[in-house]
Amino acid sequence: MKQRSTFLFSVLAFGLAFLYVPIFSMIFFSFNKSRLATVWGGFSTQWYGKLFSNSQVIDAAVLSIKIALLSATMATILGTMAGLALARFRQFRGRALMSGLVTAPLIMPEVITGISSLLLFIMMAEWLGWPGQRGFTTITIAHITFSMTYVTVIVQSRLAAMDMSIEEAAMDLGSKPWQVLRDVTLPIISPAVLSGWLLAFTISLDDVVITSFTTGPGYTTLPMLIWSKVKLGVTPDINALASVIVTVVAVGVAISAVILARADKRRERDIQMAIAANK
Amino acid sequence: MAESEPSPSQGDFIRIEGVTKNFGTFKAVDNVSLNIGKGELFALLGGSGCGKTTLLRMLAGFETPTAGRIFIDGQDMEGVPAYDRPVNMMFQSYALFPHMTVAANVGYGLKHEDMSPARRQDRVKEMLAMVQLSHLADRKPHQLSGGQRQRVALARSLAKLPKLLLLDEPLGALDKKLREHTQFEIANIQYKLGITFVVVTHDQEEAMTLASRIAVMDRGIIRQIGAPSDIYENPNSRFVADFIGSINMVEADVVRVDGETVEVSAGQLGAHVKVLAHGWSPGERASLAFRPEKVTISRKKPAGAVNVLKGKVQDFGYFGKDSLYRIKLPTGHVLSVNAVNAERVAAEKAVATWEDEVYLTVSPASAMLFRSEA
Ligand SMILES: Nc1ncnc2c1ncn2[C@@H]1O[C@H](COP(=O)(O)OP(=O)(O)OP(=O)(O)O)[C@@H](O)[C@H]1O
Ligand SMILES: [Mg+2]
Repeated sequence: MKQRSTFLFSVLAFGLAFLYVPIFSMIFFSFNKSRLATVWGGFSTQWYGKLFSNSQVIDAAVLSIKIALLSATMATILGTMAGLALARFRQFRGRALMSGLVTAPLIMPEVITGISSLLLFIMMAEWLGWPGQRGFTTITIAHITFSMTYVTVIVQSRLAAMDMSIEEAAMDLGSKPWQVLRDVTLPIISPAVLSGWLLAFTISLDDVVITSFTTGPGYTTLPMLIWSKVKLGVTPDINALASVIVTVVAVGVAISAVILARADKRRERDIQMAIAANK
Repeated sequence: MAESEPSPSQGDFIRIEGVTKNFGTFKAVDNVSLNIGKGELFALLGGSGCGKTTLLRMLAGFETPTAGRIFIDGQDMEGVPAYDRPVNMMFQSYALFPHMTVAANVGYGLKHEDMSPARRQDRVKEMLAMVQLSHLADRKPHQLSGGQRQRVALARSLAKLPKLLLLDEPLGALDKKLREHTQFEIANIQYKLGITFVVVTHDQEEAMTLASRIAVMDRGIIRQIGAPSDIYENPNSRFVADFIGSINMVEADVVRVDGETVEVSAGQLGAHVKVLAHGWSPGERASLAFRPEKVTISRKKPAGAVNVLKGKVQDFGYFGKDSLYRIKLPTGHVLSVNAVNAERVAAEKAVATWEDEVYLTVSPASAMLFRSEA
């Protein structure tokens, strides 16, 4: 018994180390005075200072966030609509085909999505004269297209689990379909929509491949910048940048965990109250 | 029979004409025709899966009949969407809005009415008071027990005072006392407001106490329509007799027909039994049936009576107002017999007790004959 728990514990420790040692060493070396990323030369925060005064990094970060906000929002709107259509309008022609087509990009290699988006933009530019220049718009459109898929899948599965008679009850009480959507369906699926948005946001924020294919001169997003810098060798300022990103993500995860835990606790308390009320 | 029973107020408020609903090749509702008068409290009674909910959903506008027509208040309902029908429904699954409070649930349908906010609030309060949930107005549905949810659903479906209210198993989750109270309330509301109610239930006692008329359904087909007493006392088929209430049923052969009196030989009873019936001729197979409370039980042999059977008390159960006896006949067949406990006596002084020899009498008018069913 003792032996087995020691074994399990070391497996766990090894797994965690595998996950987190690289991240902690990266954070550790971001405070390195030395220019060499992996040789310790004393403590310093100079790379953080450099990072925040580096306009290239700031511009890239702003561009990334702008694209992520816009594309996540659009993807959420379109993806929610697609999810509703797929889950609720049961008998339209080609529903199975539509459903397959919508989810295909999930397993499509990103390179393929990237190339095909690029080809589309080139052809459109040739025939329609738009987009003349690739950049913000084309990246955003490409991000919307593939992150929308994730939103669709999340919303569709939430709707599939939802009791349809709730919507029927609203309709029975006199609500037209759009009022049912506004008053009942959307509020109930809002957590799924929100998590779809968050997923679309993060997917857009850290995408390199599709962005590289659809970007144009002068539009470098943060992941692209990191990627191009790393090609020249890992430097402490990359470590610092990555550490900032890790910190932001960790804080975000912690906040959402706290919110979820609170909601859980509240629900538990409600249930206790209900039980007590019935005694 | 059924059709001769007049509805409380004339003029057929709901006309269901030859309605059929297929799900693929499965016939959930099979050529149902049915008229319901204004202000009636009509019950659809039947076992699980017999198509009650499906029929209700077609009235509410959630399913389109495969064939046939539905008229509500003289208006053909074909193509009329659920939100435009003068109908409200209480769902079997309650279907409460999980993100709204109890009060908001009840008041939801009133948003579409031309009503001042104050009147709307009053109506919500009135409805909540009716189902005894005023103290829970600010709860969310997941903070309620099953019975409380059911009452919210009932209040919500009543709030708009529709012309027609459809109730799908409205009282299933309530305890006996609350169920009786709510039954009384439903009947009261129905009487006060003149709303036409169609209640789906598989609880025959509930159908009996609530409804002015009952339709008994079986596998998509209506087997009998009539007043509760009609269906109980004059079931038109073996199925209905068996489905409603409890009954003793044995196979028999017609031996003699003398005017209205049909004499059958029932092997399981080991006796000939006389029954008042018509339309039978000697040699036919029949099912002989009589209800447990129509049998008289006595320890002395009744003088001059017909249809007397002798047996032994195998078991009996005391239910307060009456007792149920299981009487074993010499043939080994066991009959159920009800006897009212008219006097306060100790168990050992009751009509009969274990192993007592007793005589059972069934009057010819209380026994029934049915043709066996395919
Ligand atoms: N959407 C559907 N698709 C296919 N079959 C269905 C559908 N809805 C109902 N059925 C079938 O139709 C039959 C009747 O169903 P219905 O819900 O009307 O029964 P019910 O009489 O209300 O039963 P219960 O008392 O259990 O509620 C059932 O056999 C059911 O499986
Ligand atoms: Mg049902």
